[in-house]
Amino acid sequence: MGKTLAEKILSTKSGTDAKAGDIVVCGVDLVFVQDTTGPLTVRQFQEGHFPRLARPENTVVFLDHASPSPSSGFANDHLLLRQFSRAQGAVLSEVGDGISHQIIAERFAGPGDVIVGADSHTVTAGALGAFATGMGSSDIAVAMALGKTWLRVPETFKVSVSESFAPLVGAKDFILNLIGTLGADGATYKSLEFSGEALFNFNISDRLTISSMAVEAGAKVGIFPSDVVTMAFLDWRGRGKDYKALQADSDAEYERVLNIDLSQLEPMVAKPHTVDNVSPAGDVKGVKINQVFIGTCTNGRLTDLELAAKLIKGKKRHSDTRLIVAPASRDVYLSALKEGYIQTLVEAGATVTPPGCAACLGVHQGVLADGENCLSTANRNFQGRMGNPKSFIYLASTATAIATAIAGEIVDPREAI
Amino acid sequence: MTKGRALKFGDSISTDHIIPGRFAHLRSNLPELAKHTLEDARPGFASQVNPGDFIVAGTNFGLGSSREHAPLVIKMCGIQAVLAKSVARIFFRNAINLGLPILICDTDKINDGDELILDLASSSVKNKANGVTLTFGKLPGVMLKILEEGGLLNYIKNHGDFEL
Ligand code: SF4
Repeated sequence: MGKTLAEKILSTKSGTDAKAGDIVVCGVDLVFVQDTTGPLTVRQFQEGHFPRLARPENTVVFLDHASPSPSSGFANDHLLLRQFSRAQGAVLSEVGDGISHQIIAERFAGPGDVIVGADSHTVTAGALGAFATGMGSSDIAVAMALGKTWLRVPETFKVSVSESFAPLVGAKDFILNLIGTLGADGATYKSLEFSGEALFNFNISDRLTISSMAVEAGAKVGIFPSDVVTMAFLDWRGRGKDYKALQADSDAEYERVLNIDLSQLEPMVAKPHTVDNVSPAGDVKGVKINQVFIGTCTNGRLTDLELAAKLIKGKKRHSDTRLIVAPASRDVYLSALKEGYIQTLVEAGATVTPPGCAACLGVHQGVLADGENCLSTANRNFQGRMGNPKSFIYLASTATAIATAIAGEIVDPREAI
Repeated sequence: MTKGRALKFGDSISTDHIIPGRFAHLRSNLPELAKHTLEDARPGFASQVNPGDFIVAGTNFGLGSSREHAPLVIKMCGIQAVLAKSVARIFFRNAINLGLPILICDTDKINDGDELILDLASSSVKNKANGVTLTFGKLPGVMLKILEEGGLLNYIKNHGDFEL
């Protein structure tokens, strides 16, 4: 019997013939924490009396969530993490470098890797063919100390795509639509594996958007095969040697197969307060929006800033709608500056915040007021997510977000632009 | 066998309900953080808990973030176990790693305030209010061991490694 991508990677890494349902122990290629989960991880590491990191050069500490620090509490957490990194020789990603998942895609992740991080959106690296999944602080402390973890080999849902997207419809609409179909717990404990000839329609940015949201359907991983698109990306990043081809076997066993015709998709919006509460943007047209937020590990990449700048060029944000833009990484920021996207966005009335998670998790840089509506390109719209349980979050693509910023209310970008 | 009251919740209680990001600045002060447990879903929750009480929830409890603070503050409040129809993956693993039992069962037959008697040995929980006994499935071997040994750090202390 053939193997799924998850089975293939975990077989290689555990040295066993891993099948769905097995429990395996695997070496990890990269282990990381960020500034909201890191301090507890350090505590657990110390409580476990672990003397040192198994592989300091493959252990990364990211300061991205509350960055630059908005309070003395966070500043002290950052201090603790800097001290820990220095003492242990871990790699430190400083304030302003950007979001962990973006930097992992740019610099670390490769096909066939096993990556674990104390952040639920660790799944993002599945875009590059990695088995990447989020865990809590105890698991990560142990992975840092032993260089390995235990994993249950997940059953797999194969999501097979055909045809291509209509204009102004894209990866975010695809994944919102899929989460709507599966439900927020529809893929719990499963691997989502993307396949089909039309995968070449997804560049790495698209794949990162899709993989990052696999967890919003409960999935353990969201994995893409490694193909020419992966190879070109790794070459461009100067990491061509990290490339290897990785495909599921044609006779692999799947728990469920979903076929999606990309040409049939339309712009989608997830309404408050769950990600699976989706409907076409046209159905929520007219909802007044106080703040539009473009950024995060889901949609803060160069392709997002490019699209946003192109669509708003020569126009302005609506006078009642704040527009916050957060580049996902320093590299994204620099490229967007060089290309003039930042200038265009600022001229159109945007507030550009430093690379990092920014307004996404409700600690700074765009907390909402009581009763306010935000349309965000992020991945979560849970009650209280953006810092105020009395506010409302809608999720959508960058195209829908920028069209909404111009109109001041939710619009279908195909009608508005 | 251990008794406690049911404190009931609905479906899709996220980690942002359990302990919102806006309290992240309190994370180095865990007792203070625990005072805010679940307050967006049930105001005053932390002060309503008597040691040994149960959280009883619907589907997909604990969805969202990987923050281990979520099961940690629940445990610190005095909750002895979480009963739910289903639990999100990372929360499940985190809870077991901290020694907080997660019991998957049909929670429709439990109301807020009902007195429950948990019998881990027979994998069952009895609702004194209506006499109904609910059974729950066994954990996978490695998780059961971690739970029995009081959490992941103790397990690793005892074994020095993962033993499958
Ligand atoms: S951008 Fe948002 S979802 Fe992504 S890692 Fe940061 S806080 Fe989490």
